[in-house]
Amino acid sequence: MLGRTAGGLTWMFRHLERAENTARLVETGFRIALTRPGDTQGEWASVIDTAAARAAFLARHERFEAPAVIDFLLREATNPSSVRSALKAARDNARDVRTALSREVWEAVNDSWLTVQAALARPVKERDLPGVLALIRQQCALVRGALHGSMLRNDMFNFTRIGTFIERADSTARIVDVKYYVLLPSIAQVGSAVDNVQWETILRSAGGYRAFRWHKGAEITPRGIAEFLLLDACMPRSLAFCTGKVAANLGYIAQDYGAATDSQAMADALQARLVGHTVDEVFEEGLHEFILSFLADLGALARQIETDYRFFA
Amino acid sequence: MAEEATFFDEMRGPDGVPREPCVRFHDWIAGEDMARLRRKAAEAEAFFRRTGITFAVYGDKGADERLIPFDIVPRILSGREWARLERGIAQRVRAINAFLQDIYHRQEILRAGRIPAALIARNDAFLPQMIGVSPPGGVYTHITGIDLVRTGPEDFHVLEDNARTPSGVSYMLENRETMLQMFPDLFVRNRVRPVSDYPARLERALAQAAPPAAAGPHPVIAVLTPGIHNSAYFEHAFLADNMGVELVQGSDLRVHKGRIAMRTTRGFTPIDVLYRRVDDDFLDPLVFRPDSMLGAAGIMDVYRAGGITIANAPGTGIADDKAIYSYMPEIVEFYTGEKPLLQNVPTWRCSEPEALAYVRDHLAELVVKEVHGSGGYGMLVGPAASRKELAAFRRKLDARPGNYIAQPTLALSTVPVLTRAGLAPRHVDLRPFCLVAPGSIEIVPGGLTRVALRKGSLVVNSSQGGGTKDTWVLEE
Repeated sequence: MLGRTAGGLTWMFRHLERAENTARLVETGFRIALTRPGDTQGEWASVIDTAAARAAFLARHERFEAPAVIDFLLREATNPSSVRSALKAARDNARDVRTALSREVWEAVNDSWLTVQAALARPVKERDLPGVLALIRQQCALVRGALHGSMLRNDMFNFTRIGTFIERADSTARIVDVKYYVLLPSIAQVGSAVDNVQWETILRSAGGYRAFRWHKGAEITPRGIAEFLLLDACMPRSLAFCTGKVAANLGYIAQDYGAATDSQAMADALQARLVGHTVDEVFEEGLHEFILSFLADLGALARQIETDYRFFA
Repeated sequence: MAEEATFFDEMRGPDGVPREPCVRFHDWIAGEDMARLRRKAAEAEAFFRRTGITFAVYGDKGADERLIPFDIVPRILSGREWARLERGIAQRVRAINAFLQDIYHRQEILRAGRIPAALIARNDAFLPQMIGVSPPGGVYTHITGIDLVRTGPEDFHVLEDNARTPSGVSYMLENRETMLQMFPDLFVRNRVRPVSDYPARLERALAQAAPPAAAGPHPVIAVLTPGIHNSAYFEHAFLADNMGVELVQGSDLRVHKGRIAMRTTRGFTPIDVLYRRVDDDFLDPLVFRPDSMLGAAGIMDVYRAGGITIANAPGTGIADDKAIYSYMPEIVEFYTGEKPLLQNVPTWRCSEPEALAYVRDHLAELVVKEVHGSGGYGMLVGPAASRKELAAFRRKLDARPGNYIAQPTLALSTVPVLTRAGLAPRHVDLRPFCLVAPGSIEIVPGGLTRVALRKGSLVVNSSQGGGTKDTWVLEE
């Protein structure tokens, strides 16, 4: 397989994951705005922060008003993480590596792009928003389904998985980091209504609101949330789960190629920081510090994969 | 210009009666509901859009990807008609390869005075870098697309010889797939010769032309594309995919241990045969355009040393140059010793004063083309041009007469297309694809039929609003 193809597959699925994550952020913000009275600018601002887009947003808008934020996250062409930009990038990557994709996967991603592009041709009215967000989620699921149902389980498949889980780990880490202060034990003692909103936001952003209740029981505590999103082995968006998948897929490739790589060692080291540890140890290190160093290591891992597998000349 | 009624229609002959190969199709469509057919046509379009069978139009900012309109009425040739074309094309392609071999070696044809030496020496399409270079297996044009037009039951003319990187074969294949899916019943009634083995045949032809450096029985083949923004990117990906070979870009290639190698996740893999869909100019920045990012630096050195096969060979453009075209009858005769089986279109070379004078006086009746142009860009269709356009073109002609050739406006044959008002005749051309391997020539029974969708228009190029049709060659 060409190194460029490996890079294209990885990024195609990073972009696809990003489109879905951005849509979920909008969904969360919108829900909070609907269910909580009062000024929601602060919530929308933290949504923008989670998307790592504060500077870009403020370059175009003065205030974090709902319509502006929603449009920026769904449609803005200059925002590379907007759903439209991310899906376009995924589809461009797919065209670039078309010979590596099954016909089903190519048609699914091309269809998704055509469908979502049409749905986002004009600013989305509030009454249409739930439908459009559902459509985006559905389209991303179709591509993933086509991937699982039709692709050979070889190195190409492994690179699509690596892209998916690097992006997802990055997203979950940012969701936690933007609101890390509400998860700290000292502040949690307050237990005010505001804090409950914050927790709900975190769980919904990570797609784990309902799962948390089923998995962890009724009581939502900051400690429980942190454990769930960072260390839980069953939660498919937790840092432990995602890094485990990255490490496993790198392992399959190394086995297939008969050559160990630096990136595999880095992924194993990253996973070792998450497996067999308790959330108390994380709090001891400092949640914010932990997340920052995790994000730095994740970025370094992504770059090492690019080098090891010759994504670029 | 001829009257509408005098055009030869390939479906219905001059008397309005369906021609022999079209009888069964004609009966079928007569029994079809037009509304159903139009629904089918819309389905076909959705299918093309979904599959991503699109092309880019240069200079068209609004829509960066467009569909080539597909018309569901096939263009039907009898086995006998095809057999004649096949012989003519093979003869012509054999002559083109012999001409290229000669022109880059001993230049016998110039010594014999059959074509003017200045036409070669002063021609940009002639690559001095290819002088004395013998391509592996002696093949210059592994793939040739001969553009044919028809003016009567027995009258086919060659309009152009595409000997560089002819495109369109993916449409030939996808058009057929689409027809098979939409109208399986048609293929039960008509015995249409298949085209679907083209990728396998192409792969075989390329493998047979492997260079001396190729190790082992299975040469490594790759398709070189300029990338996703190229107008024919879909076709590049399609062919690589269907041959099961890598689709590479310039950035994937470099010289490695004396070979051109592609960067893979496991290191560098040498390529034996490169089917390049990049023009000569961009092939090697060390030899041609230094700013090119689309080729591979050093590939010409590797090529000359027998380390790689480039398909088509560099420098084949001298054979499909429009100034050379007018000498094709002489070229065919010189190398094959036979009379050409396919006719040329009469051509005035504007570089010759007498011809120029004639062209200036008859501009409104003629089609004038740039010698090095392609894709229908920069050409004048006299009968369709306004007085102002004619005057402007006359000035261009006077400034650089050597840059132009002129041909009569041909009475191109028509085939019906499905319009909102039912079936209506539109002008067509035909591009069959010819594969050359060392010691063999094959032509897939069919080709790309392009159709001018605007009523009365003679320009079939997709960049100028043309569409395509499935092309049927019937079993004898």
